[in-house]
Amino acid sequence: MSRKSFRQSINEALRQEMRRDPRVILMGEDVAGGRGGTSGVKDAWGGVLGVTKGLLTEFGEDRVLDTPITEASYIGAAAGAAATGLRPVAELMFVDFVGCCLDQIMNQAAKFRYMFGGKARTPLVIRAMYGAGFNAAAQHSQALYPLFTHIPGLKVVVPSSPYEAKGLLIEAIRDDDPVIFLENKVMYDDEEDVPDDPYTIPFGEANLTREGDDVTIVAFGRMVKFANEAADRLAKDGISCTVIDPRTTSPLDTGTILDCVADTGRLVIVDESSPRCNLATDVAALVAEEAFDALKAPIRRVCPPHTPVPFATVLENLYVPNTEKIVAAVRSVASYRMKEEA
Amino acid sequence: MQIARDILLRSYRSMRTIREFEERLHVEFATGEIPGFVHLYCGEEASGVGVCAHLTDTDTIASTHRGHGHCIAKGVGVDGMMAEIYGRQTGVCRGKGGSMHIADLSLGMLGANGIVGGGPPLICGAALSHKTLKDGAVAIAFYGDGASNEGSTLESLNLATVWNLPAVFVVEDNGYGEATGSSYACAGNQKDRAAGFGMPYFECDGNDFFSVYQTAGEAISHARNGNGPAMVHVHLARWYGHFEGDAMTYRAEGEVAELRADHDCLVNFRRRVTEAGLLEAAALDDVDMAVKDAVEAAVVAAKAAPLPVEDDLLKDVYVSY
Amino acid sequence: MSGTITPVTMPKFGLAMTEGKLASWSVKPGATVKAGQEIADIETSKITNGYESPAEGILRRQVASEGDTLPVGALLGVLAPESVSDEDIDAFVKKFNEEFSSGEESAAGESAPQRKTVAVGDLDLSVLESGADHGGVPVLLIHGFGGDLTNWMLNQPALAETHRVIAFDLPGHGESTKDVGDGTPAGFAATIAKLIAELGTDRVHVVGHSLGGAIALELAGAHGDTVASLTLIDPAGLGTDINMTFINGYIEADRRKTLEPVIQYLVHDKSLVTRAMVENIIRFKRLDGVVKGLRTIADVSFPDGKQGFPLRSVLEAYKGPVQVLWGEDDEILSVSGADGLPASVKVTRYPATGHMPQLEKSSEVNRAVSSFIG
Repeated sequence: MSRKSFRQSINEALRQEMRRDPRVILMGEDVAGGRGGTSGVKDAWGGVLGVTKGLLTEFGEDRVLDTPITEASYIGAAAGAAATGLRPVAELMFVDFVGCCLDQIMNQAAKFRYMFGGKARTPLVIRAMYGAGFNAAAQHSQALYPLFTHIPGLKVVVPSSPYEAKGLLIEAIRDDDPVIFLENKVMYDDEEDVPDDPYTIPFGEANLTREGDDVTIVAFGRMVKFANEAADRLAKDGISCTVIDPRTTSPLDTGTILDCVADTGRLVIVDESSPRCNLATDVAALVAEEAFDALKAPIRRVCPPHTPVPFATVLENLYVPNTEKIVAAVRSVASYRMKEEA
Repeated sequence: MQIARDILLRSYRSMRTIREFEERLHVEFATGEIPGFVHLYCGEEASGVGVCAHLTDTDTIASTHRGHGHCIAKGVGVDGMMAEIYGRQTGVCRGKGGSMHIADLSLGMLGANGIVGGGPPLICGAALSHKTLKDGAVAIAFYGDGASNEGSTLESLNLATVWNLPAVFVVEDNGYGEATGSSYACAGNQKDRAAGFGMPYFECDGNDFFSVYQTAGEAISHARNGNGPAMVHVHLARWYGHFEGDAMTYRAEGEVAELRADHDCLVNFRRRVTEAGLLEAAALDDVDMAVKDAVEAAVVAAKAAPLPVEDDLLKDVYVSY
Repeated sequence: MSGTITPVTMPKFGLAMTEGKLASWSVKPGATVKAGQEIADIETSKITNGYESPAEGILRRQVASEGDTLPVGALLGVLAPESVSDEDIDAFVKKFNEEFSSGEESAAGESAPQRKTVAVGDLDLSVLESGADHGGVPVLLIHGFGGDLTNWMLNQPALAETHRVIAFDLPGHGESTKDVGDGTPAGFAATIAKLIAELGTDRVHVVGHSLGGAIALELAGAHGDTVASLTLIDPAGLGTDINMTFINGYIEADRRKTLEPVIQYLVHDKSLVTRAMVENIIRFKRLDGVVKGLRTIADVSFPDGKQGFPLRSVLEAYKGPVQVLWGEDDEILSVSGADGLPASVKVTRYPATGHMPQLEKSSEVNRAVSSFIG
């Protein structure tokens, strides 16, 4: 056990799985970097934010493959390699680049097994950065997990901390289905105690990071941090919250969400992705359908506005959900009174 | 060129099977019993068979929406294919894929593909598997002149060269992408595209099995021996429309009739092997008869086979979920 | 004592604790408390534990509120006799807090004993040593099935005041290699004999809990000269029954909801089982190889739902002093295991205590061990 950053946790998960299984390979734009450069320096970047640094040195160029900047071909190659005996981990760098290779994910990897009558296994992991907060603007900041969640055949992981990231990534690599693994780029330097040994966290099992009686907060990825902060602040005012980190948006642990809503009767959902047809709407629909009688107040969603992610810091800060917005939403549902009660 | 008798017989059987299968589908589709889209490979048989004659089950191919021929050439059985096209539970994909998604990974058949340009990136991956696992196999992307313009295809030519992959890109140039001629839609030419990515280019007559066989053999040897990818440009023609039901109003009167009369790869093959004394007409007749029976049996079985049931709807989305 | 103000501060449970949460006050402001009386519940990332008053007096102030998370050493409350004025107490609180916040950084920099990895054959064992070498015989703490060295968090610091104390994670446990070998107590004992040698000592007082008690017995049986004394806490090996609902549940339950009731078998006071405690066990069980290792141990140790290694005979052969400590309400290994032992064995039974007296009755257990080993 030692303190590790989110970045180190991902690196360690990749390293341990590559040691364990020679079929695990990495590919992506500058996952090592430096090939063909004039200095001869190898592993120049180790990923654009240094997440895969050092893996080239240990595993060599046959297993850590820099790609041209051609997402369609290498994401498709990862899918093809997965269907034919390797267990590739492909890095898409920024998830926004999925626009260049969505066919290979959506129409190929995701559908092989079903289309082929159960005869294919596609143990593919696609890692990508998501999220606003880096002044990276509209084409490098989106939280696109709803897009993937929408596609049957994909599993989608949105880890909320370094501990979660390591266990979920190892699980993803060992999983026999295509997995989209999304890392919030603002969280790479977050630190916490993470075991040195390899471990796995199962998909589809939500984690309750807080347990309370008054309001259930469902939050995804980085939003879990904010939800925890909000819950701690609200606890001082006598409002106790359950915070659910679903960990994976596909599969989604609907049972835990419904159980918690049954206990609290109030629900706030915090989702960093664009507000239409996102995970917040999905969870809201689930609860409205399955737990209507338990509700004591309207469901509240804390999401960004329906705009592209803005560049300027002042605008970006307005855009991303934060602790204050969550606190306000929880207060509004906690103080809500049904008409007949009023 | 010396080709062993058993390869010749097997190749003839494959080509004849494709022809019989597709002609029968043309008839059956018109009855309305076959659901969905069907794209026929009639007229192009020598291409798929001439290439796949060099492959084993360890080698991988990726096909296109016009994939029946490639499937048969790679060894997928007509019973499972026909049942699949009829949407039956006994289909090779249990009725979940249909004509455009026939696959059998155990035979190295990575699937027909409903997306134009879908296959070449996958083949880069299959070739990477072969290279990494050092199994000595190659991966072949079949794609049309239409797909040759897709970004995914061009990216794949680049990636395969950058990674020095054992991949062969087989352009089946039948002159039409759907209803638009390649003379309109393809800028430049395939040869220069191959040259642009620094890979060897081979060209052959897709109506002539022997031309395809010899050319593909050279390209596949190049890739199999670790020299990186190659492109094979096969000139051929499709006898039917883009899909069944296409009236082909974009084609000149008599174009297809002339193809059938003068450019039939099966007729060419029979003439060539009998004249050279490589195979006897009687042996070929036997194949014709056997294939006719096999396809007839496949149709009868498919029509009688059970339909998928409601439980099948939810099966096989994931390995585990 | 008249006129003395005693600060009540955030205690340090275990060596790694840096902060704790005041879960609840057990006494109201103005109440008179005795030294050693439980006055608050403190929750750490590992455990919730009662906090015993450091002195006699009146709880004049509750400076910290329930739910506050504070660093070790922070002021929780103030004890003083009636004779001290409110003004003096206010001044004391102000002064304490000023000094505490200015000194906090340096206190945090104080180095706690660190785990180290000791290679024993192919195994890497995680070891936590504390206490200076006072020239006496060191104390070796052996945890039980599914536990780890943090099971001793309330004991190791106390024992370390007078002895060199060695706690470690058994193979397959904690941060040690997840290879349990054949999984038998004798197999673990053989590994421990090598560990003792690796640590440069040839004689230790052994304290073993639960399955660790059986391992301690095997060690005493095979290496009697190495074992200066035996303290067996709710040990396996003396009886035949074992709560297989606990054993199987511990191995199989993988969610908090299903694991929590299993963990509650361990203690008499069920409120001791916190979210954090259960979460830590879940995290342990997620490590590669852990569940397999636990299953191996359970299969060889508890075949057919009974204890598979009767070790009472060791007590006849072993020449050193032996004591047995047992919680009367142990739901894992019945306290009846302490019946009918040789007269030379000192037996202490703790009322209203479950399977882990070293947690539930830590002060008593610490005193019992200290006085026993001298």
